[in-house]
Amino acid sequence: MSSATVFGMCAAALIGLGLYGLITNPQPLRKILAFNLIGSGVFLLFGIVGRRGAGASVGNDPVPQALVITGVVVAFSATALAIALLLRLFDTAGSTTLGNPAPTCLHSDSPGD
Amino acid sequence: MSIATAFEIVLAAVVLGLATWTIAVRETYPATVGFVAYGLLVALIWVRLDAVDVALTEAAIGGGLGGVVLLGAAARLRDAEAVASERPVQVVRLSAAILCSLTAAALGIAILLLPDPAPSLALAVVSNAGATGLANPVTNVLMAFRGMDTMLEKVVLLLAIVGVWSLASDRAWGGRPGPRHEADPDGVLAFLARLLPPAGIVVGVYMLWTGADHPGGAFQGGAVLASMWLLAIMAGMTDTPPVSSRGLRVVLTAGPGLFLLVGLGGLFFASAFLAFPDEFAKPLILGIEIAMISTIAATLALLLAGPPERSPR
Repeated sequence: MSSATVFGMCAAALIGLGLYGLITNPQPLRKILAFNLIGSGVFLLFGIVGRRGAGASVGNDPVPQALVITGVVVAFSATALAIALLLRLFDTAGSTTLGNPAPTCLHSDSPGD
Repeated sequence: MSIATAFEIVLAAVVLGLATWTIAVRETYPATVGFVAYGLLVALIWVRLDAVDVALTEAAIGGGLGGVVLLGAAARLRDAEAVASERPVQVVRLSAAILCSLTAAALGIAILLLPDPAPSLALAVVSNAGATGLANPVTNVLMAFRGMDTMLEKVVLLLAIVGVWSLASDRAWGGRPGPRHEADPDGVLAFLARLLPPAGIVVGVYMLWTGADHPGGAFQGGAVLASMWLLAIMAGMTDTPPVSSRGLRVVLTAGPGLFLLVGLGGLFFASAFLAFPDEFAKPLILGIEIAMISTIAATLALLLAGPPERSPR
């Protein structure tokens, strides 16, 4: 069993786990975590494909590697933006549920700060 | 079974265990802590896959900075947890479990059935390395062969920071992000904020410089510089700049701006948009990377600091 197979199975399971968390957990922050798990599983799949494409004295195909590096940075930006949105929702509405309609707030600024 | 394979199986099992913990544990804060540990171990997997450039990025950005963002949010949202604890009914959870197991199984089968021999662009990348004069194949792909991706990724960073800033309340618009941090001047945090940055800045710049020929580059170096700046901010040594600052905006647009300019220059002095003239490729790429490392460091740090909270004076 090669390292690509071991980590490939791990990546497939990570995507499944992340998907499950994304669907079933009601809290937005947990959904962000689960979404990041899916993302990291997809990146690992890329890594495995690149590992199998090793050649010309390079241990891992450089093209998927470069795509993953770009992907990690973009995923971090998206996570930071999602968390800023979530914290702003919490500041203005006082809760982070997506189910019930959030309590309406006439003033956009929270009086607390 | 060799020792190396046994190590890989244990590593994969621990990573899966941490991922399960992140999904299954009831409270959010322990889940986030599990996710940070998970990110660092995933970096180890990348080392085992012979992708050291990715491992450095994953450890610095995925595990390090991403972990700080998530931990900060989890700490602030602790009180909201009791309100939002309704869980979906069992039927929904069961069908979700079946759907997700099927997805994972399908992906697993796809991995086992990947074509052999695997298609690879490694040979093409290595044989064209002479065109840029850089020896690190990943940097070649990032900066020259797939330069469009890298330039657009800088634009995504810019869009993210614009998005975060636009969440500011009207009063705080144009002000400084985050609270003013205070730390005990004789405490551990202040001590580390004096001790680490001189070494950290050298490490960050070295990562940028060595990225031309060895694993490293602007992303990894930028993340190290960002963490040094954040350390100084959190220890109260310095403050976040007001987002209306002109100098800050120049730094934030320097990376994508210079990349775009050089790319447009490629239309006239080389064969295509984002192409480099052969004899100037290396200095041009290093110039773009130097502008990019400051953009990346500033953007990453400010994404962590969040939207402006204090009104400008």
